[in-house]
Amino acid sequence: MGVPIQLNVNGTKVTAEVDADTLLSTFLREHLRLTGTHVGCDTASCGACTVHLQGRAIKSCNVLVAQVQGQDITTIEGITPSDGSLHPMQAAFRACHGLQCGFCTPGMVMSAIDLVLHGPHATEAEVREGLEGNLCRCTGYQNIVKAVLTAARTMDAGRQSA
Amino acid sequence: MNAARAPFIGRSVERKEDYRFLTGAGQYTDDITLPHQSYACFLRSPHAHAQIRSIDTAAARAAPGVLAVFTGKDLAGIGGLPCGWLIKSTDGSPMKEPKHPVLAEGTVRYAGEQVALVVAETRAQAKAAAGLIEVDYEALPVVSDTESASSSKTAVHREAPDNLCYTWAIGDAGAVDAAFKKAAHVTRLTLVNNRLIPNAIEPRAANAAYTRADDSYTLYVTSQNPHVERLLMTAFVLGLPEHKVRVVAPDVGGGFGSKIFLYAEETALVWASRRVGRPIKWTAERSESFLTDAHGRDHVTTAELALDGEGRFVALRAHTTANLGAYLSTFASCVPTILYATLLAGQYTTPLIYCEVKAVFTNTAPVDAYRGAGRPEASYLIERLVERAAHELRIDPVELRRRNFIHKFPYTTPVALTYDTGDYPATLEHAVEIADVAGYAARKQASAGKGLLRGLGYSCYIEACGIAPSNIAGALGARAGLFEAGEVRVHPTGKVTVFTGSHSHGQGHETTFSQVVADKLGISIEDIDIQHGDTGKVLFGMGTYGSRSLAVGGTAILKAVDKVIAKGKKIAAHLLEASDADVEFEHGEFRVAGTDRKKSFAEVALTAYVPHNYPLDKLEPGLNENAFYDPPNFTFPAGTYVCEVEVDPQTGAVRIDRFSASDDFGNVINPMIVEGQVHGGLAQGIGQALLEGCRYSEEGQLLTGSFVDYAMPRADDLPHFNVELARGTPCTHNPLGVKGCGEAGAIGSPAAVINAILDALAPLGVSDLDMPATPYRVWEAIRSAKR
Repeated sequence: MGVPIQLNVNGTKVTAEVDADTLLSTFLREHLRLTGTHVGCDTASCGACTVHLQGRAIKSCNVLVAQVQGQDITTIEGITPSDGSLHPMQAAFRACHGLQCGFCTPGMVMSAIDLVLHGPHATEAEVREGLEGNLCRCTGYQNIVKAVLTAARTMDAGRQSA
Repeated sequence: MNAARAPFIGRSVERKEDYRFLTGAGQYTDDITLPHQSYACFLRSPHAHAQIRSIDTAAARAAPGVLAVFTGKDLAGIGGLPCGWLIKSTDGSPMKEPKHPVLAEGTVRYAGEQVALVVAETRAQAKAAAGLIEVDYEALPVVSDTESASSSKTAVHREAPDNLCYTWAIGDAGAVDAAFKKAAHVTRLTLVNNRLIPNAIEPRAANAAYTRADDSYTLYVTSQNPHVERLLMTAFVLGLPEHKVRVVAPDVGGGFGSKIFLYAEETALVWASRRVGRPIKWTAERSESFLTDAHGRDHVTTAELALDGEGRFVALRAHTTANLGAYLSTFASCVPTILYATLLAGQYTTPLIYCEVKAVFTNTAPVDAYRGAGRPEASYLIERLVERAAHELRIDPVELRRRNFIHKFPYTTPVALTYDTGDYPATLEHAVEIADVAGYAARKQASAGKGLLRGLGYSCYIEACGIAPSNIAGALGARAGLFEAGEVRVHPTGKVTVFTGSHSHGQGHETTFSQVVADKLGISIEDIDIQHGDTGKVLFGMGTYGSRSLAVGGTAILKAVDKVIAKGKKIAAHLLEASDADVEFEHGEFRVAGTDRKKSFAEVALTAYVPHNYPLDKLEPGLNENAFYDPPNFTFPAGTYVCEVEVDPQTGAVRIDRFSASDDFGNVINPMIVEGQVHGGLAQGIGQALLEGCRYSEEGQLLTGSFVDYAMPRADDLPHFNVELARGTPCTHNPLGVKGCGEAGAIGSPAAVINAILDALAPLGVSDLDMPATPYRVWEAIRSAKR
């Protein structure tokens, strides 16, 4: 039985009919072909599928698309500027070598943006705790933490000058 | 920022690959969906050991959306998954190689083994239909424990009634025993090198398609070495023509060894794709990854070190039981032998070494190479022994190591390897300095003031990277070559595409290899594209494992670059009306020596493709060269790690306060990437030491089958690493002078962590502790020492 759904994904209104048990991660990846959102586990433990729901980071493998009717979803594709430049968090990850294989990266970036927007002056320890929900097997987190602290400064400066 | 001009080598150039990963534009296997895509689900055994009496697939076949259901009977005509290294037992007999079937044939031998393949229109339909297959199992007794496997009454395979795959040894047992009898002191340890689950964050996946028009196959797969995968699959299992199968390993989300191997799933998919007539995609759920990715480590060892009256190591003896799991995975047999026991000299002059390895089959998932593969086990053994000996003899552990370091190179160890270069005192001094060991006593006192026990631990590791050369490896049982291939295709405009047989799944090859080529050709890294991971594009490749890519793959590229330059000189000589021998190439320009007559690289490239003014009578047009490189030896990175922990004696909780690493990787192309590799290795080594441990029940059920049960290191579990690259001793036998950095962190760190904890607990009388040093284990060790 199809369930009609309607939501805003990366600023675009999306309507579709889906099976009632369709996960948001599945909908993004397989219906909308937004494959930047990755799936790395089946227990909501790894955070590779992190997207923003109404501006807050959530694990999209743990939400049914039918649960987010009418709401705003932002994925990694949605935070990427269309002019070929990068969001300050993406830029900091590149400058600090905060990624290796890239698989956890979109989820990590989405979590990190939420973390910084809601705690712009977090300490290193607070950033480490804040990233607890995202697993990375490549970097040992050191350069991810460095990137988040770096982006916190550039994003904060951006807000103050705006 | 990336300056656009040379030199690029030695600079922390930002990675070329990062834009696509950061923006969600990476193309991983599961991101690829083909026209008329269908989906697979594997039905897996719930039993660790059982006879399959019957399989009824009727209901599954009739289920909605199902296109086909296959079982072992359907695949009975095809070969088993091969093992790439033949190890011989001490009596000369070859290792036992029971068939490793693609789908179970009559018996299942570990929980999670694939029993049936269902192909359907959607993932959900495939999964639902798999649940309708009725398998009548007769449960059999299970052997899951490493140490007791060879004395178990239960045999995993009829061919190996004592569960022994082989009993292998290296070294002169008689001479070692004699040295032990005369020794002034002997230190003994029983060590468990805990079994680990690799857990690359991208689960394994495959997508296989058959093309009727030309009777060919394309396989997209999460692989570290697509050519090896193709060779093994076509020649040994499916009997397909190699040239009609294209294997593509696109962006791969981490491997750590676990994606080297040829697995049953992709093999079954290729086979089935022709029968179904549709592309078939399978992506592991994480629980399947836990059950079926090849695991790592799993050794039980008794280790002994004999010392003379001056604290000099006179002999080392080890008896190891290594768990291979239920079947021989692709390189399983060489990991606890060739990659382990040959490293047991470490950084020391120990003149006599003997190691015996019993490799056992158990009803557990196959065990194979995982980051370090044998070398972490060797390093852990040596460095635990050395630190324990220092404590027993009341010699400073730094001083004891210094007394036994190798100083002269090349140095041939008693276990077959010849180290070409190194400076072990230098990395030790450097590590002691950056770790501020001088300030340790004050920190220890401060910890004591908080009721915490502080400990300091060292580890001086050695690693052997880029296993080679092929002929010697062949004599030792390797069934594959160990070279690498590279191709440098210069386009008419002077832009360059490099094809490499190395595969990048996080290592940053697109950047590092570009840096090397850019400097050699005097062009910008932006004008270079690195292609890898596609048998349809790359001429050949042995892939990425064992920290070999730059030392072996990079050298192959460099050799091809040299050929490009040599041909370019001939073209330039013609254009400049000079003799070939008078033309020099530097900074992207061909120049007649001692003159200002020159042609740019791009001008020469254009001439090669528009050969109007060209020596066509003696030179072919075009500028495209390839090369193969088979190294004369391993490379031998080494270093010292220093770990400082605080232990809470009330709870057993361990916190790493400081971790310092000094590594000698020879010359370094991109320090940022190299340090990142060390960070990642350290995280996995510290994970092994403190958090990670794969556990099976006696019934062979995986108890640590999810991220909820298996403790992966998270950001707040790890310290800030103090990583400083030592002034390296360049490798003497490759032109870049590079060694290999991918595994060092995982090899060197576990011993440093455990040594630090044992140092902290020494005042309480604790002298031994196994990994992972969980709070419970530490607390229990404290409690039993008090009794």
